[in-house]
Amino acid sequence: MSGITSAPGIARAARGDMSQSLWQQAFRRFRRNRAAMASIYMLTCIAAAAIFVPVFWPHGIEDANWELISSAPAWDNFHWFGTDANGRDLFVRVFYGGRISLTIGVMTTCVALCIGVIYGAVAGYAGGRTDSFMMRFVDVLYSLPLLFFIIILVTVFGRNIFLVFVAIGAVEWLTMSRIVRGQTLTVKSKEYVESAIAIGLSRPAILRRYIIPNVLGPVVVYVTLLIPTNIVIESYLSFIGLGVQEPLTSWGLLISQGAGQLSSAPWLIFFPATFLALTMFCFNFIGDGLRDALDPQGR
Amino acid sequence: MFTLRRLAIALPTLFIIATASFFLMRAAPGGPFDAEADLEPAVLENIRAAYDLDKPLLEQYWIYLTNALSGDFGPSLVYKDFGVNELIAIGLPISAKLGLLAMIVALLLGGLCGIIAALRQNGIIDHIIMALAMTGIAIPSFVTAPILVLFFGLYLKLLPVAGWNDGAPANMVLPIIALALPQIAIIARLMRGGMLEVLQSNFVRTARAKGLRESHVILRHVMQTAAIPLVGYLGPALAGIMTGSLVIELIFNLPGVGRYFVQGALNRDYPLVMGVVVIYGALIIALNLLSDLAYAALDPRVRRGYR
Repeated sequence: MSGITSAPGIARAARGDMSQSLWQQAFRRFRRNRAAMASIYMLTCIAAAAIFVPVFWPHGIEDANWELISSAPAWDNFHWFGTDANGRDLFVRVFYGGRISLTIGVMTTCVALCIGVIYGAVAGYAGGRTDSFMMRFVDVLYSLPLLFFIIILVTVFGRNIFLVFVAIGAVEWLTMSRIVRGQTLTVKSKEYVESAIAIGLSRPAILRRYIIPNVLGPVVVYVTLLIPTNIVIESYLSFIGLGVQEPLTSWGLLISQGAGQLSSAPWLIFFPATFLALTMFCFNFIGDGLRDALDPQGR
Repeated sequence: MFTLRRLAIALPTLFIIATASFFLMRAAPGGPFDAEADLEPAVLENIRAAYDLDKPLLEQYWIYLTNALSGDFGPSLVYKDFGVNELIAIGLPISAKLGLLAMIVALLLGGLCGIIAALRQNGIIDHIIMALAMTGIAIPSFVTAPILVLFFGLYLKLLPVAGWNDGAPANMVLPIIALALPQIAIIARLMRGGMLEVLQSNFVRTARAKGLRESHVILRHVMQTAAIPLVGYLGPALAGIMTGSLVIELIFNLPGVGRYFVQGALNRDYPLVMGVVVIYGALIIALNLLSDLAYAALDPRVRRGYR
């Protein structure tokens, strides 16, 4: 990497200090990216609001006020985002929906991460026939219309929120496994792996200690891009009625309910859609920032 | 060799789609007749027999596969008087028309935006186009579609809010735009990237050094080379438009395949859902195959696995 030979790096090395690790350098580069840092703050705010607003807000998510049905946003009665068709406060529902959307985004990505990293690392490290068989299998799955399969999975096993997690995670690991395999192939031929083999380390130990840590960079970038993808998939499912079910709610479900009252109560779609879009932008900016920070030559 | 290898993936994939969707649907707890729980057991037995649901699973699978090969996906369980292939035959022309038009719009507009952005690299126009493209990618179509309806349908009253109206052009405008928007954004990015790569290549410098007019260099040399990756993107674009069409047909209340599919999934209409998945799967696989083969024919690096 070019950063290592930069002048301050050499100076510090000459002084005998500990040199910066690649991750520290990446972190410094990332901090200089304004859009990405702003996105991190914004996302933290949204996440904090999603956690705390439903706890402290005067209206509960299921409190129906029959006097205020589909009422417009107002300051004084704490219906800042208005109320929905059942007289429930939209402000608290947007953040409660955010809880579920963000949780699903993160959890499904964890499922995809686990499957993808293990699968890709094993294929790349095993090499030869095992590798080509495993990747051919990924090729086959890749050309399937995966969203249709998520819909089948959700149809078959009921509209259960945990199934939404598993279904999305179980089909979204393919790209992850390809990235990890590609990286593994590169790392595998490095000298430090050769020396580990020469010392007689076992295969699982080499995978755990040398391969996986070194393929992490592109994986981290892909994870930040996969979370918003999965949030959109969940919203999509909820929008067509196959995802999260009442009384739970998510951004997708709120958007779909708002779409039904577009002309009479446009705020019902405006607020959840805005938060969904904001979250998408934040993750995309962070992902781009991480890519630039972790791979400065790839720009 | 490349062609054979791609075919060797495409055919088993189709088989896996059919098999997986069959067994998943049959693994479902609860059947389509659960809603009519008060039926006499004998009546229920008759209904199950009429739909072959009483036969052993493997036999059902065999019946399903052989029928599917001849294009027969059995009767719909919810739309009682219709066969699945009849429903698909009603819906497919509508979905196909919308999808095709959306694809054309996406290619033309996306390509144009990408070219302009690349020619004005790092200029204001480039930044605006790329910011719009990021917006188009970040905001899903089930958000843009209602916004379009609100603005052009309810506020400006320029276009109908929903409905098919026997394919009147005015009814198709908003659905097509909503379907095409995400693809326009992706294609604009791809085209811009392709253009920038080609603009820096040696043969373009040679063409300029020979003294060719800049318009000739761009039109004949750069654009034609830069458009090649788009050919490889046609398959994924189709898949994107198809999945997008599910919500778009729901929002605009269009009688296409997507709406039947969603209704089928909500009502556990197994044959309908399987039929749509197999047909759509086959379409996507076929177009993926075609676009990969065309891409490989145009760009030899793909054939040899360098890309």
